[in-house]
Amino acid sequence: MKNKLSVSNLLGIKYISLEDINSIFDAAENFKEVINRKIKKVPSLRDITIANLFFENSTRTKISFELAQKRLSADVVNFSSSGSSIKKGETLADTVNNILSMKVDMIVMRHPSPGASVFLSKNVNSCIINAGDGCHEHPTQALLDAFTLKSKLKDFSNKNILIVGDILHSRVALSNILVFKKLGANVKVCGPLSLIPKYIETLGVEYESSLENGLKWCHVASMLRIQNERMNQSYFPTTREYAKQFGLNLNKLSQCDKDIIITHPGPINRGVELSTDLIDSGKTVILDQVENGVAVRMAVLYLLASKL
Amino acid sequence: MCAFNAKKILNTSKLSLILRRLASQLYENHNHFENAVLIGIQPRGKILAKKLKEILISEYKIKNIDLGFLDITFFRDDFGRKNKILSPNKTSINFFIEDKSVILIDDVLYTGRSVTAALAALQSFGRPKKVELLSLVDRRFSRHLPIQPDYYGVKVDSINNQRVEVKWDKNNKEASVYILQNEK
Repeated sequence: MKNKLSVSNLLGIKYISLEDINSIFDAAENFKEVINRKIKKVPSLRDITIANLFFENSTRTKISFELAQKRLSADVVNFSSSGSSIKKGETLADTVNNILSMKVDMIVMRHPSPGASVFLSKNVNSCIINAGDGCHEHPTQALLDAFTLKSKLKDFSNKNILIVGDILHSRVALSNILVFKKLGANVKVCGPLSLIPKYIETLGVEYESSLENGLKWCHVASMLRIQNERMNQSYFPTTREYAKQFGLNLNKLSQCDKDIIITHPGPINRGVELSTDLIDSGKTVILDQVENGVAVRMAVLYLLASKL
Repeated sequence: MCAFNAKKILNTSKLSLILRRLASQLYENHNHFENAVLIGIQPRGKILAKKLKEILISEYKIKNIDLGFLDITFFRDDFGRKNKILSPNKTSINFFIEDKSVILIDDVLYTGRSVTAALAALQSFGRPKKVELLSLVDRRFSRHLPIQPDYYGVKVDSINNQRVEVKWDKNNKEASVYILQNEK
């Protein structure tokens, strides 16, 4: 962590460099040690006020950001669109500018519209962290996934990562592809062709139609959730058929005859992308991802706040 | 910042004598270290703390001394106030400090701000019975805060645009202490 980040906002993995990613990992390593202490709080951000604006539902990301902020001693205000003046027709930029005039230093925002955080960064004068914008990007999730894998793989070069599931609607998929490619890994995507974006090859990613073949190839299987809430039409015949073809279970895993690291960003559709026996077997790193999420978000907040 | 006009104030043999004297003072006050621990402030107090532990073990035949390293980065009071980012180091304290005498060790005591940050950081590891400060170089007349060392190697009079540096060789075996003039 020799230099400050090259950016003043974290809008997406697309906008940050490999050096930035490594700086975040270095700081996250230190914060991981801090959050495993008996007293988990450090005073670094005690003068900083952060607003968490969640225009879309969230469990992990919201709690993880809030814990990260509190463990850095920042002052935190939470906002959700239900019960706010958004319902009275106030625009996003107006809402945020009003919040900022109450002397808020940083904004963490989740929004259902792709590009919302980029729009905001151009229209308000504050530090913006994207906590997920529609089916565009979810940079902190990608960073915590990569940070978790780094501790297992040590090095990403010549490592094969298979991303399985709903690539079309997943913001995690795009951010993960970008971060894994920047770190030097090989990436393939797997899932029903109807859920694979047409531009996928422009990202330097290959398509694999068979989960079994993909598992033989990969060191890491990153399983994604089927995002029913974003689907406005039927992309595959039935959930049961999807689970049979693209769902991962202990039986399919045992046929590979090697150790594969299984990740999932949550929330999980049990019995669809991952079987219950696999989730409960302890062979996934899902809870490591959640733990690392707090450390990585502390690192992002710390590094961006140092530029205020 | 480029440094020029370096003045050596301690060479290896003088430094070795000072370290032995400091170890003897620690032994006088803490005997066999049953209730005392050494904690080096990262990054520059780490080597010094290791050296003192080595001397205490080899010359005073103390069997077991707890030694830890404390990173103070996240407790500093100059966050966001400098152009250069504060780089954290590893904290490694694998023992309880509750009701122990803690000897905080750093190479140079200047404004006292690092020590204040270390005292705050130490609270994450319990409530020590007592905290003492050992500093190899005490830059007196430079303090911003009411902090004084309990043990010091040498007192130095220096002005604000000077730096005092303890430079160890590659193997951390030999060291010298310099006063360096900073270019404005």
